[in-house]
Amino acid sequence: MTDSTETHDPPHALERVVIRFAGDSGDGMQLVGDRFTDASAVFGNDLATLPNYPAEIRAPAGTIAGVSSFQVHIADYDIVTPGDVPNLLVAMNPAALKANIGDLVPGAAIIANSDAFETRNLEKAGYESNPLEDGSLDEFRLSPVPMTSLTIEATKESGAKPRDAARSKNFFALGLISWMYSRPVEPIIAWIDERFGKSQIVHDANLAAFKAGFHFGETTELFGHAYEVHPAQLPPGRYRNISGNVAVAYGLIAAGRQAKLPVLYASYPITPASDILHELSKHKNFGVRTVQAEDEIAAIGVAIGGAFAGHLAVTATSGPGVDLKAEALGLAVSLELPLVLIDVQRGGPSTGLPTKTEQADLLLAMYGRHGEAPLPIVAAISPSDCFDAAFEGARLALEYRTPVIVLTDGYLANGSEPWRFPDVDVLPDISVPFTTEANHLGADGTLEFWPYLRDEQTLARPWAIPGTPGLMHRIGGIEKQDGTGNVNYEPENHERMTHLRAEKIARIAADIPPAVVDDPDGDARLLVVGWGSTHGAIQAGARRIRARAMSVATLQLTHLNPFPANLGEVLGRYAKVLVPEMNLGQLSRLLRAEFLVDAQRLNKVQGLPFRAAEIEAKMLELIDG
Amino acid sequence: MADEVTLTRKDFASDQEVRWCPGCGDYSVLTALQLLMPELGVRPENQVFVSGIGCSSRFPYYMNTYGIHSIHGRAPAVATGIAVARPDLDVWVITGDGDALSIGGNHFIHALRRNVNLTILLFNNQIYGLTKGQYSPTSEVGKVTKSSPFGSLDHPFNPVSLALAAEATFVARTHDMDRKHMQAVFRRAYEHRGAAFVEIYQNCNVFNDGAFEEITGKDKRADMLIELHHGEPIRFGAERELGVRVNRYGEAEIVPVAEVGESALLVHDEHRYDPTVAFALSRLAEHPVSPTPVGIFRSVERPTYDGEVQAQLAAAQDRRSPGDLRALIESGSVWEVV
Ligand code: SF4
Repeated sequence: MTDSTETHDPPHALERVVIRFAGDSGDGMQLVGDRFTDASAVFGNDLATLPNYPAEIRAPAGTIAGVSSFQVHIADYDIVTPGDVPNLLVAMNPAALKANIGDLVPGAAIIANSDAFETRNLEKAGYESNPLEDGSLDEFRLSPVPMTSLTIEATKESGAKPRDAARSKNFFALGLISWMYSRPVEPIIAWIDERFGKSQIVHDANLAAFKAGFHFGETTELFGHAYEVHPAQLPPGRYRNISGNVAVAYGLIAAGRQAKLPVLYASYPITPASDILHELSKHKNFGVRTVQAEDEIAAIGVAIGGAFAGHLAVTATSGPGVDLKAEALGLAVSLELPLVLIDVQRGGPSTGLPTKTEQADLLLAMYGRHGEAPLPIVAAISPSDCFDAAFEGARLALEYRTPVIVLTDGYLANGSEPWRFPDVDVLPDISVPFTTEANHLGADGTLEFWPYLRDEQTLARPWAIPGTPGLMHRIGGIEKQDGTGNVNYEPENHERMTHLRAEKIARIAADIPPAVVDDPDGDARLLVVGWGSTHGAIQAGARRIRARAMSVATLQLTHLNPFPANLGEVLGRYAKVLVPEMNLGQLSRLLRAEFLVDAQRLNKVQGLPFRAAEIEAKMLELIDG
Repeated sequence: MADEVTLTRKDFASDQEVRWCPGCGDYSVLTALQLLMPELGVRPENQVFVSGIGCSSRFPYYMNTYGIHSIHGRAPAVATGIAVARPDLDVWVITGDGDALSIGGNHFIHALRRNVNLTILLFNNQIYGLTKGQYSPTSEVGKVTKSSPFGSLDHPFNPVSLALAAEATFVARTHDMDRKHMQAVFRRAYEHRGAAFVEIYQNCNVFNDGAFEEITGKDKRADMLIELHHGEPIRFGAERELGVRVNRYGEAEIVPVAEVGESALLVHDEHRYDPTVAFALSRLAEHPVSPTPVGIFRSVERPTYDGEVQAQLAAAQDRRSPGDLRALIESGSVWEVV
């Protein structure tokens, strides 16, 4: 036993720490990660998270394929990524250790559930000897803790059977790590009360396991002392933690409110987009109609019907669903109706990597329809920015009467970060009036309604909804006569309409923010252009470069079609341009084609986001070269 | 609601020139519906016609109402969106055998099972007309067409059977040679709350002329069309000498009334909730060359999808009061940085 003065050794302060919880899919690692994150958020740390789980619901227990992990990065300053390298790995079984050990650097800490390191599990993970005992982990700070047996012991009084009691071991781990990093326990206990209040035995077992883990840390002085990561000094404001999918849902609800339109959301279940449907279906008191359609095509069909009928129509999906929706998206382009399609990108092609992230749908969004079928594309750059991206998508769709694709990805969708949320009173009004009057004087002197008579500035066509007397009209996917909207096959008319549709989208460039470069030193020769979720890694990489007293400029694009009006000029100011993307070079291809700029590529398609170090290394290479 | 101004057919006809082939059965359906509309007492601005792709799917262009000529097979999905958004509108789906039963089969059956408040008119001509004559999912086996020079191998759907199996609450059949019958069926379909399905035997005189001649020809009807009338024993024939009864296997069969007596005949009950008997009736004629039932097979009440959507919205607002965005955003743990 250590004496009591030592056990009250004050916690050591850390600026930041990266913790990875890893276990079997059934071990509840995502839950532990979420709770730890929430407690850290309430405490005031800045943070970023990276959940990583298998596509199979029940991958064989104990195998590498079944490992699920959750990485959280907490800091006392503003951070932008979930961290490159974990400082601490919590491994609930041998497979979790094996799957994650390669990401650790010497000196990192490992806490392993030693109870799980028995012969069968070791075999399943492919270990010939027990790594907790054979010295192979000597370069790390290893702490084996018999979590399963300690949990069973601690939960005896809850009345849970040993088998069930063992399932609370994730709460033991949570308690232990909460002690190690001096987390406030109140939010976690309150959550356990709320979540398991209905089931006394489960509630008591989880609470007992959590407390036992916390006390275990305190009394055994694991690593000698606890750590502390002080609250971050973030910009003043009110914050909450939010994931990308929830932020999309809130952004859509906000857009409906600011457009004064009911939201009609139709989708078909697909990973990793389903949580948007789950979230929105809870909020019927906002007048949100959710339709779980029979398939992806039906989902966009329902949305198109809703748009025609005067609702803010939205559908969301992932890559395979975008493929299926292509024809209907072309119809929406032709009908010129407002529609938001959210593509939560995942690894492809085909089923690909359903639970992993990728950014390989950019060219699909740009060109994935037959005929000339342009539409605006907006991309979210962080989990909380998904709110703004969804809102912006809705704004453009309504203003220009066009389908809009909003690109997020699996990393943004499931990752979370503190969100300095907006005051709802200052959200802009994005409402557009329905047309209620005839708009054209016919040859015989009578007033008539022309559904394709455009607004001179935006080129948007009038939106006259069913139920409006006198404005009855028919629209369809067949080419329409400019103005009247009647079926028309004339060559010149088709060419004019094709140009009009393209011009309408091109004019949006004047209605979006210009590209703003971050170049604090003002003398950078290298510009790094990113889009979407690479934002954090690029920022972190750039900070490292600047910490080396070198200069680099960064630019994160949120509007990919059309590009900001000044983009060509901005690119031309730099000697070198680098485009990191989680694909094989889709934005770089667009930039090259559009601006004849020698955009160099940095590509990663591992289903995981970039690490700051990878971006930093490439930046260094280009700065030196 | 009595309208002050009495509308006429003209009020429901658009200024677009109708472009079906001369003699096409689609004309008579259009006329029947345009004439019926004023009688239904509806306003053109509250009617929405949604179609897919095919000859019949040009229909919305000719109606002076709101309309969408959508993409192949997807009309029921688009129409569902309109109905869910706007229960104040009357939404019609115009489709064909290829559109509804081949490329759009999935949307068709799901609109029926959900009981979305739609009136679905399926123009069945047993052929692909717009693409110039390939066999369709209702063509008979062995049909020789451009895409089946040695005869089609596909076993066809019976659209009425399919609709009944898909839990449709209203299922009927009519044909393009009898305006009065069409109008009576369309009216009932319009008045039905929920998904109403009407199969219309429609002659394509260019690619499949006479497909229904054997049963709808003026001199054939008495013997070949079995008119279903609710509450009446099912009888047909020039002398009403034939009838329909259900045998011990639950199958419908045609019997001479003189032999079995009228009391043995099936009394048609369109409101029977169990669809078994209606299904048996739909199996009476495998092809439109033997006596075929027309009229309303089934008409039962079930909550509509769009109605239930509205009810859930209202209940949520009652329970939790109308949504407050600020409260929503601030749900969960919130902290302040000063
Ligand atoms: S091809 Fe047949 S169905 Fe089509 S318009 Fe001509 S006759 Fe009518």
